[in-house]
Parts: sequence; structure tokens; C-alpha cells
Amino acid sequence: MNHEKIKAKVVAFLGQHLPLDGLGDSDSIFKTKAVNSLFAMQLVLFVEKEFGIQVENEDLEMSNFESINAVTGLVARKTSAQ
Amino acid sequence: MNIETVGVIGAGVMGIGVAQVLAQADYKVTLVDVSEVALARAEQEIRQGVRFYHLLRQDQELKPLDAAAAVARITFTTDMGPMQGADFVIENVTEKWAVKQPVYATLDQVCPPHCLFAANTSAIPITQIAAATQRPSQVLGIHFMNPVPLKDTVELIRGYHTTEETLAAALALLASMGKMGIVVNDSPGFVSNRVLMLTVNEAIFLVHENVTTPENVDQIFTQCFGHKMGPLATADLIGLDTILLSLEVLYEQFSDPKFRPCPLLRQMVNAGLTGRKSGQGFFTYSS
Repeated sequence: MNHEKIKAKVVAFLGQHLPLDGLGDSDSIFKTKAVNSLFAMQLVLFVEKEFGIQVENEDLEMSNFESINAVTGLVARKTSAQ
Repeated sequence: MNIETVGVIGAGVMGIGVAQVLAQADYKVTLVDVSEVALARAEQEIRQGVRFYHLLRQDQELKPLDAAAAVARITFTTDMGPMQGADFVIENVTEKWAVKQPVYATLDQVCPPHCLFAANTSAIPITQIAAATQRPSQVLGIHFMNPVPLKDTVELIRGYHTTEETLAAALALLASMGKMGIVVNDSPGFVSNRVLMLTVNEAIFLVHENVTTPENVDQIFTQCFGHKMGPLATADLIGLDTILLSLEVLYEQFSDPKFRPCPLLRQMVNAGLTGRKSGQGFFTYSS
């Protein structure tokens, strides 16, 4: 799956949970205050299910789930490694 | 006293959280529930809870924990028999006396004489619970907050017969779980729920009477008072069914009409709108 397709799916998921207006690709989704750190769990479970990947302990860091770019980058890395 | 094995009764939201924190603190845990389905879900949720714990504790610099090892320290069972090995029991069953009472009668028979009992209740008097056992001096209340793994302070309740030794052992256990206890004397609803349930109920009455919307009620608390969460979002998080049960217990215990549950609350519970866990309460939640 190419980068753009991954990003589109990530953005669609995020759009169900927080307002995307004015949210840049590198902006922290947690600073929007629309979601709290509990949402990081939902995000991990979403990428695992949606993209069929396993997020191992070494990738379970907030920095990998902080922004649209971070999540897209993680998924791209994981899917290309498969 | 030396505590190695902790029994956790009830694999609902609170029991799952308590079992997770105990397993993370290296205790052997026996988690008992009447439902195999609840136990299977508990195992899944604890695995995920441990896995994500470091992500949710951004206040601490934690490394990822070994979820498989934590889950392996927990025995999931529908059988009360293994409670004969428990040094300490934390009971988290439904807030109904008719459900709790027989649990304590069984625990009292099965558990060894040195075992202490902590009722994780938000409203039922500890002295009443203690009277269902032959060891009232070894019974206390621990009112854990939800979500258990993230809330580091609990309300600790001294029943009429609870000894200082019992309190000290419970405070030590809590400290090893990374938690602090605030000790108060026994009274229906203790401090927390006597105030919170009335606040929540009155907030529901405001919506029921069309004075304003749930959003507005909560905004007044979050934006005017600086609370982290408004009373209705708090009610959704606790579960509206639990709120109703707590109010009913307070109403019965004090025989005071100020605790009468709002009809809207009862209707929402009957309609299955129990809050966050059902996806819908005063607010909508996506899973």
C-alpha cells in the first residue's frame, strides 16, 4: 500500500474522533484536547486491525502516534517490512 | 503481614483494573467471576492494559511492560476454591447487597484466617459488609477510582471494627501498587460518593427539566470551575447503571429523599444507555 493510501485511511479514522480543521500533518493530535492519551490505545488497535500489522513493544511510543505523519510513517515502515 | 497472593472477586471494569495493577506489581492474582465470558474478556483487556500502560502514564518515564508475564501471574477462574490461598481479597462485585452478602459468606469460609477482605464499593457501608463475616476486624473498604491503573489515590474506609493493623496492611499493599489511600470513617457513600452522586443526580435533573443541555452542564464545570471533567461525562465514565445503584443505596441507607434518583436516569438505564461502556449515555462514544 502506498503512502497516500495509508495516510487517507489514518485521516479517515482520526476524523471520526477529532476535528481535523486546522490540524496539520505534523501537529500533535493530543494537543487538540479533543482526545486524551487513552485514544492512543484506540489508535494502536486501529492500525493493527486495519493494516494487519503487529505493533511491537519497541514501537509502542507516543511519538509514533502523535500526528498524522507519525502514524502514517509507522504503518508504512511496518507494511514495507512484511 | 506478608502478602503474596491476592484474590480479586468480580471481573467487571473495576476488578479488571485492580487485577492488572496487582499483576504489574508482581503479585500472584486469582481473578474470580461467575461468567466465563467476563473472564475471557478480562484476560484480553488486562493484556492490552499492561501493554499500553506506559503510553497512558506520560507522567512517568516508563518502559513497556511484559504483558504476557503479567497475564501469566493471574489465574482466571469461576471457582472460589483457589481463594484458600489468598492473603488479601479485593471484592468488586455489583453494588447490590443481595449479591455481595453471599460472596462474603463464601469468602469467610474458604479464605485462611489471616486473610483480609477489602470491599471495593462506592456506597455500601463497610460495617454492614463486615457483619456478613466472622472477621469484622479484618474487613475494610477500598474505593478505587476508575480507570484503576491511572488513578493513584483511593478512598480507604475504616469500618466500625476495622483494626489499625488491617488498615496498615492495606495501605502497604496499596503503596506497593503505587497508590495512596486517604482514610475516612464508615458512612454510606463515604465522602466521595455522598457528594458526587448528589451532584450527578442534580445535573441529570437539570437536563430532565430542560434547564439546559448536557454539554452546557459539563462546560460550566470544566470551563468555569476548571474541573477536568463535568458531572455528566463523569457519570458516563462510571456507568449510569452504577450511578443509579449508588443513589438507590444512599436513598435506602439514609432514608432521605434528597438521594431519590432522577426519573431520566432510571429511564436511560432501562433503555440500555449506560454511558461510555455502551457507547451512549449523556454523550456519544465511538468504540
